[in-house]
Amino acid sequence: MTDRPFLDIEHLTARLKGSGTPLLRSVDLAVPAGSVHGLVGESGAGKSMIGKAILGILPRSVEVATGAIRLDGTDLQSLPSAERRTRVGALTALIPQDPLTALNPSRRIGPQITDRLVDILRWDRARATDRARQLLDEVQLPDPDRILRSYPHELSGGQRQRILIAAAFAAEPRLIIADEPTTALDVTVQKQILRLIREMQERHGTAMLFVTHDLGVVSKVCQSLSVLYAGKIVESARVEDFFRAPAHAYSRALLAASPRYTDPDGSLMPVPEEVMQAVRAEVAAFDEGRAANV
Amino acid sequence: MAEVTTDARGLVKRRLGLRLWLSGGWLLILTLAAVFAPLLSPHDPLSQDLLGGRIPPMFFHGADPAYPLGTDSLGRDVLARLLYGGRIALIVALVAGLATCVIGSTLGLIAGYFRGWPDMVISRLIDIWMAFPPVLFAILLIAVIGPGLTSIILAIVVIDWTRFARVVRAEAMAQGAMDYVASAQVAGRTRVGTMLAEILPNVLPTVIALLTLEMGIAVIVEAILSFVNLSISTDDPTWGGMISEGRTSVYQAWWVLVFPLVCLFLTVLSFSQLGEGLKDRFDPVLR
Repeated sequence: MTDRPFLDIEHLTARLKGSGTPLLRSVDLAVPAGSVHGLVGESGAGKSMIGKAILGILPRSVEVATGAIRLDGTDLQSLPSAERRTRVGALTALIPQDPLTALNPSRRIGPQITDRLVDILRWDRARATDRARQLLDEVQLPDPDRILRSYPHELSGGQRQRILIAAAFAAEPRLIIADEPTTALDVTVQKQILRLIREMQERHGTAMLFVTHDLGVVSKVCQSLSVLYAGKIVESARVEDFFRAPAHAYSRALLAASPRYTDPDGSLMPVPEEVMQAVRAEVAAFDEGRAANV
Repeated sequence: MAEVTTDARGLVKRRLGLRLWLSGGWLLILTLAAVFAPLLSPHDPLSQDLLGGRIPPMFFHGADPAYPLGTDSLGRDVLARLLYGGRIALIVALVAGLATCVIGSTLGLIAGYFRGWPDMVISRLIDIWMAFPPVLFAILLIAVIGPGLTSIILAIVVIDWTRFARVVRAEAMAQGAMDYVASAQVAGRTRVGTMLAEILPNVLPTVIALLTLEMGIAVIVEAILSFVNLSISTDDPTWGGMISEGRTSVYQAWWVLVFPLVCLFLTVLSFSQLGEGLKDRFDPVLR
């Protein structure tokens, strides 16, 4: 296959330091350049953990045990930490979940957008500021000069999320990790932000790993997705195939559990107990299989 | 057509506030008085006049216009002693306050941001340190290294660095958990760079408030040590020393006790109010 995926994760296993509790169980994931891959699962399934492992910002209580994270063919895990940091800084960016804590409250917006351009790409301030102005225009924020001079508390949540999107695209990264970028926002704003992310992604041709628990969002934004349970990928599929016929029983139950706008009065369907037991048994069998192989 | 402001969040101006003016004003007066003490004071603060002892201050029966705030039992000018005492109080406040602040905050910042073993070491050190009774600690220290301005400053730093370390550590820990720190790290900042460029500006308002508070505390500690005769030589004018002397003759000459007491009170109050006022004014997070 000549079309090498831009992000290629192979057998990524992470665990809690000390107790050794597994958090990611041999995760395999591939995101081609310019494509959006959704990562869904319940709370605690390890969705964000995968993003953090790529970016190198795992909590200190977590360690990557085995596996490779390849960006454009280079395995990040094999790089010394300083080199890994600059490489990740140049190739990736993060759109975080909560716009209220993702901007430094005591610094003006301008330098927070241009930091990476100046620090990593070695642009001069003036050129970086021009670029920031152009980006704010792209994310449809009026009066960019005023915004560049503002402090975060002077702006609304929606404005701040637009700024974070602008900052993420600033250095033209090849991969963006969007960690539930709309969860903390008001429902009406969510839709606009989602459309904006999609537009920006298409215009810049950036690959994206889109972490969410909302299958509706996945169907609108992503080309492919992986369903995660207890740190193990139970199914990876193209979006069309997945929504037509999910292969795994857990995926089917998850899809059935999503509320539908077409049927607002319909009661919410929890994932049936037997499906939960089956997927848990699958994970347990995987753990035993690993133990037997060692 | 008048321009319509659709979003006024950026336009909110915070007023300087009365307490900032009052406390700043008093400290400015005090600073000027301390700097120009030799010019302002009509008499030598040390010269005694046993025949001219206990002259009451202005507007009281028997007052001498040459001694506007009266004289003490040894005939020394109270105003001159107040001015020179203010000098020592301010030097102690500035030097001890800043040194305490720098040492405590640095350790607190490192412990709170890096966590792990640096935090273990620093936190245990704080715990052990705080188990010592502070005044006893100071007295012991001065007994060992001998009295003098340097010993007082040293004693204050040694006792009080934990105040900064504890508060800054907690604050740095809270800030370290914020998403913007993760973003900075993803953007390629080093750990130390993140600590200085991202965390430090956000703990600075707290540090400044604590610093002014600490300056007030330093003045008090200096006064306490003078009061128990552990400050600089008993001859040198300090507010604590004056209070100590005035106490013995409070029924015959109340002014020797009251004037330094008022100065001490206003100065300590001003320092703490200045800190609060500055925090209100400059912390972008407070609204």
